Amino acid sequence: MAEIVRPLAEFGGRRRHAWRLGSVALQIALVVIVVGLLYAAAVNAARNLAAAHIASGFRFWDNIAGFDISQTLIPYSPSTSTFGDAFWVGLLNTVLVASLGIVFATILGFTIGIGRLSRNWLVSHLAGGYVETIRNIPLLLQLLFWYNAVLKTLPELRGSMALPGGGFFNNRGLFLPRPQFAHNFRYVLIALLVGIVVSILLNIWARRRLDLTGRRFQIRWIAAGLIVLVPYLVFLAAGSPLSFSFPVMGRFNVQGGVEILPELAALLLALSIYTAAFIAEVVRAGLLAVPQGQVEAAQALGLMPGTTLRRIVIPQATRVIVPPLTSQYLNLIKNSSLAVAIGYPDLVQVFTGSVLFITGQAVEIVAITMAVYLIISLFTSLLMNWYAHAARIAER
Amino acid sequence: MTAAAGKTFLRTAPAERLPPPVMRSGVIGWLRENLFSSPFNIALTVICGAFLIWVVPPLLRFFLFDAVWSGNNGEVCRASADQPHPGACWAYIRDWFSFFVYGFYPQGQRWRVDFFFIALAFGILWLARLSAPRRDLGAVYFFIVLPILSYVLLSGVPIVGLISVPTTLWGGILVTIVVATVGIVVSLPLGILLAFGRRSERPVIKMFSIAFIEFVRGVPLITVLFMASVMLPLFVPERFAPEKLLRALIGVAMFASAYMAEVVRGGLASVPRGQYEAAQALGLTFWRMMILVILPQALRVTLPNIVNTFIALFKDTSLVFIVGIFDFMRTIEAARVDPNWATPNTSVTGYAFAAMFYFVCCYGMSRYARNVEARLARAHRR
Repeated sequence: MAEIVRPLAEFGGRRRHAWRLGSVALQIALVVIVVGLLYAAAVNAARNLAAAHIASGFRFWDNIAGFDISQTLIPYSPSTSTFGDAFWVGLLNTVLVASLGIVFATILGFTIGIGRLSRNWLVSHLAGGYVETIRNIPLLLQLLFWYNAVLKTLPELRGSMALPGGGFFNNRGLFLPRPQFAHNFRYVLIALLVGIVVSILLNIWARRRLDLTGRRFQIRWIAAGLIVLVPYLVFLAAGSPLSFSFPVMGRFNVQGGVEILPELAALLLALSIYTAAFIAEVVRAGLLAVPQGQVEAAQALGLMPGTTLRRIVIPQATRVIVPPLTSQYLNLIKNSSLAVAIGYPDLVQVFTGSVLFITGQAVEIVAITMAVYLIISLFTSLLMNWYAHAARIAER
Repeated sequence: MTAAAGKTFLRTAPAERLPPPVMRSGVIGWLRENLFSSPFNIALTVICGAFLIWVVPPLLRFFLFDAVWSGNNGEVCRASADQPHPGACWAYIRDWFSFFVYGFYPQGQRWRVDFFFIALAFGILWLARLSAPRRDLGAVYFFIVLPILSYVLLSGVPIVGLISVPTTLWGGILVTIVVATVGIVVSLPLGILLAFGRRSERPVIKMFSIAFIEFVRGVPLITVLFMASVMLPLFVPERFAPEKLLRALIGVAMFASAYMAEVVRGGLASVPRGQYEAAQALGLTFWRMMILVILPQALRVTLPNIVNTFIALFKDTSLVFIVGIFDFMRTIEAARVDPNWATPNTSVTGYAFAAMFYFVCCYGMSRYARNVEARLARAHRR
């Protein structure tokens, strides 16, 4: 069947061989078989669907959904919103949990990955124990543990536990103060933006001056002043245009504030903790991939430890870390579909759960759901290929 | 000069050996070096030590010292006068243990499951020990004899006196192991074929292989399982619609094959080009070259990765729970809400038991993978 290497190929015989008659017949046969199977599947599906009185096509997209969703980032109501709206609600919920999860997993993963390389015996073994334990227990089990055994056993509304700063949590979720921005707050944002831009320009100028004259210009404190102090002064000058609406505990429910569902919290905990273990391994491997000689050479040149880290180790480690790190991010995005196990309304739960249950149009719905993940994955691998191309070591 | 030579001092007996400096060696030296070498390190040590003291004793107390080991119902695990803070309720695991292993498999027929476990363990040992004799026969046993034997044993063939047990009665660890085993038994050969296909020079074969692999790797397992469980029955005439477990198995096998293909492809790429050319110079046909020369080397090199893929697969089998298969996770979830054992600690105990089961299996496999890796590294150095 398949040809891996042919000696003839070296001498220009590759093309002729690949298009030999038998080979062409084989490939045509394969196409015929695959198309035939697809056709048979389509015919059967059409017959089975007709027998079950299930519509086909994508017309359901504009029909009224009629079911409620517990967490909606965009306006949604069961009586007026369509299945299409439900799709966007689910997708946004997936994006929310995935992006928060990526942030937390990265912070935790880098901490633990660096900790594993620590010269402190206790730290490196604690980090190692974390990685070994978490990696070897299924994510679904961890998710169910956080949801059923931890968050659902928290005290009920009456026994809510308070958090410093005006929030509290109970078995219905985490309730935090909601920041409310007054009209004047935009001046603070403008000051912040200006501060960042000026700092970047200053940094470029400082670096150019260092290259030209060898004289250093410490911009650290100036930048800190521009980014923190000036916006803060503007904030005070504008009359402190920021207030918080605190959640208030009612008799049966909570009003005001930001509500974080226990489902979201459990999913975030499980995804971050699980993925962090894998990210830690990626980070460790990346840092170990930088040859010791590079550090020694930098020290021999008289670079300070901090500079060695910033200029020598991190750039080289990044090249090794980024591709597997991205695939961990992709895994996290795909794993967020486990939401369906605890009822967090992500894309899979809303679509292959509720919408599929109501419409019965399995083919279209599973296809749409898969297409979303596929697009995310393919787009990411495109980006990754581009990165690998851009970051490869230029060789002579 | 002669005077200086006359004053030369030569030691005739070796000097007394001094003990190593106390602060640099032994326990104290080790502590200084590893825990207290700098202020930052001391701070880290103190923080970590405090963390351990905060976490470990309560865990030990909960899972060991205060745990309830025997009893017939939830009464023993609830807080009482002589046990104000009861720990893990292991008695509940003991009560439900056979359910966790066999599910609803009929009582009198459970020896068949045990026999299946033994046959499987035998096959795994044969293949996993690199020094075992006739591992080619082992492969035949594992990939051909064992599947048939398992089917006959578990599903039952009335002619040979084994009453048939429908898959709806299977459950627990049995199903988890069956799903994982089918996953590996199907995905390895299929993955090898897909890897060949992806490296093929024939555009159609290459395209189909790439499309399949990238498609499956790009979507979550849950959607593949949903596809297998809700779309598959639509694609075949109604009377051929596969049963639930088989559908999940097809989904898992598809998913695992795509990942296995990538692992095998890595192994194939690591075989030096000279090996292909030498095999062809000897006049071997494509399949003989692959089976006799390339694959043994490729699979050997990539064995740790295959095991790691299998670990991932083993953990992922817990997802079949979502499409309604009665696997180990499902039995845990089902038994957790048993009113007879309704105590505050039942859920935690159930999850802890499941975690231990998965951890022992996965950690054992990853240790094995690491051993093989170390052995291969030694072989390469020589």
